Amino acid sequence: MRWLLLKDLQILRRSPLLVGLLIVYPVVISLLIGFALSRGPDKPKVALLNLVPAESNSFELGNQRIDASRYAERLFDSVDPVRVTTRAQALEAVKSGEALAALIIPADITEKLSTGLESAEVEVIYNNEDPVKGRLVDQIINSRLADANAALADKFREIAVQDIGLLLDGGEFNLFGRELNILGLKKTKTILDATLASLPPNASQRAPLRRVADFAGLAVANLNLATDVVGTVSQPVRVKRTAIQGKRTPLSAYAVAISVTVSLMFLTVLLASGMLALEREENAFARLVRGLVSRGALLGEKIGLAAGCAFAVSLAMLCGLGLFVDLDWGRFPLWVAALAAGAIAFAAMGVAIGALAREVRAASLLAFLLSLPIAFLAIVPNGSVSDGLYDVIRVISALFPFKPTLQAMDQALNDTGRGFGAPLGHLLALAVAFGALARLALRRFG
Amino acid sequence: MPRAETASPAAALTARGLTKHYGERAAVRDVGFAVAPGELVAVIGPNGAGKTTLLSVLGGILAPDAGSVELPPGGVGWVPQQPAVYGKLSVEENLRLFARLEKVPDVDAVVARMLDQADLADRAGDELGTLSGGNRQRVNIAVGLLADPAVLLLDEPSSSLDPRQRERLWEFIGALTGRGTSVLYSTHNVVEAERSADRVLVLADGELIFTGTPRSLEAEVGASDLDFEAAFVRFLHEQGH
Repeated sequence: MRWLLLKDLQILRRSPLLVGLLIVYPVVISLLIGFALSRGPDKPKVALLNLVPAESNSFELGNQRIDASRYAERLFDSVDPVRVTTRAQALEAVKSGEALAALIIPADITEKLSTGLESAEVEVIYNNEDPVKGRLVDQIINSRLADANAALADKFREIAVQDIGLLLDGGEFNLFGRELNILGLKKTKTILDATLASLPPNASQRAPLRRVADFAGLAVANLNLATDVVGTVSQPVRVKRTAIQGKRTPLSAYAVAISVTVSLMFLTVLLASGMLALEREENAFARLVRGLVSRGALLGEKIGLAAGCAFAVSLAMLCGLGLFVDLDWGRFPLWVAALAAGAIAFAAMGVAIGALAREVRAASLLAFLLSLPIAFLAIVPNGSVSDGLYDVIRVISALFPFKPTLQAMDQALNDTGRGFGAPLGHLLALAVAFGALARLALRRFG
Repeated sequence: MPRAETASPAAALTARGLTKHYGERAAVRDVGFAVAPGELVAVIGPNGAGKTTLLSVLGGILAPDAGSVELPPGGVGWVPQQPAVYGKLSVEENLRLFARLEKVPDVDAVVARMLDQADLADRAGDELGTLSGGNRQRVNIAVGLLADPAVLLLDEPSSSLDPRQRERLWEFIGALTGRGTSVLYSTHNVVEAERSADRVLVLADGELIFTGTPRSLEAEVGASDLDFEAAFVRFLHEQGH
């Protein structure tokens, strides 16, 4: 078997273009997937038409001056604004594709915000020609608008709390440039209680004064709670994040796990399927199995060759990524175990493909056709599709080595707390199953 | 003229009652014959007669459904129709690889001998993919001879060769039989069989319908005015094929 292995390595050494493609292609694809998963989308261009006059950017509310432009900027955190000066320009920018959408802030927005009599409104125009882009812009603007609303609501709450405090405790208040001194309910009650104490028991003013003093006491007691109530109203629902099924994996580390798994899959499956199919294409298979090598040993050699080469390349890739992404090098032995188990299972799948396809080109095509959807299905998150469809996806993913390899890699890299045994056992079972399928397919291989 | 020969005590290879089916169809049916040491035997017949199947059964590529093959102590070398060697390896590397897989005792000596016998010593370092079809076929045959078999089985060895390459191939095979190696080959080129073979086996629809020298086949149809090809065609007609 070692002579066959040396022969295959010699053939690979003399096919630099093929080897280059086998290494570069999966590495590029996996890095692209990794980047796509770990980085958010670039900021889309959005045309901005601000019709609010500069002098109206700020407005008075309560006893405070609010600069609306500060809150408007929240809308542009996730977009690249293209400034326009008229509505026609905004429309043209969207139509021409210069901007994905236009956001028009009307002149009366600060007035509506300051009076609070009517909801302020902004206008969004987007091109729905491309539904994906349309949805993206819609989501971004809705999300940013929610942020701006939340920030304004916070400000309004702060002013309301301040006003309630003034009402309770009293103090200075500026009304249209005039400084007023507010007595406050607490002091009012103190004064009333003192006045009541000084009155004769049968004084006629006692009853109405008692009613006013009781009202002041009740108001003080309830307005003390109002501060919390206002806070709740401004943010009725808060998010408390709890990660179940282990620790949270950093997105960049998860992207590394996906990148390496994709790379390992392509390299191993293509190499194993291609090198086995090559034996038949070179007409050597029948000569080999005529007593020189058993079919099982031939499969073992191809699995060893593909798994060994892919393991080495993927480990090098992982170590290279480890220089840029914060990985726990103390878990290196687990990286090796996960990569080795994945490589063996993918190689077994590869020889099954090679044995079934019987020609190098057909084997390569079949390897691609199978690998891409398997990888895609394995990263579909739970809850993103209907329960029934997700069950089907789970079953399909369980039949191929991508998902268990990804789980093993994720556990090895990120200590997800899910344990290492289950994915390794799964991979071992798949390696045996695909090996058996390949052995069966070899009966009609020669 | 007997239609099937019985085994001879001195035979290098003896086949008895070989039968092989593909599904319901019998590709080879109750075929028996023997090949003497140093004999050059051609298996001829129309397309689909079962020639390749017979050689595959004799070579151990296919297991027969019935019958047996007695092999000589040195075993058989099997050379498929298409060169079964690696295009990315050199002539010498191919020979060395298969010599190691055959577990020959002295790999260097055997490889040197085969390069010499195949007259390819000056192309030893060339990749197979760069050689002509004739030279590739010689390497293919040389691989079949690495274990020094007593019998060499060749499936359509000259089908992809030009006349000059064919000539050199038959010289090579002639030298082998001269050294005592029995050669059994299949061909659909009956003129070539007439010229090179000591004996022909005629297969039709999986049955062995004639075994003897080319001259005896001509005599069988009683047509001294016909060439061998015409006599062969008439023989098939007379046999209902």
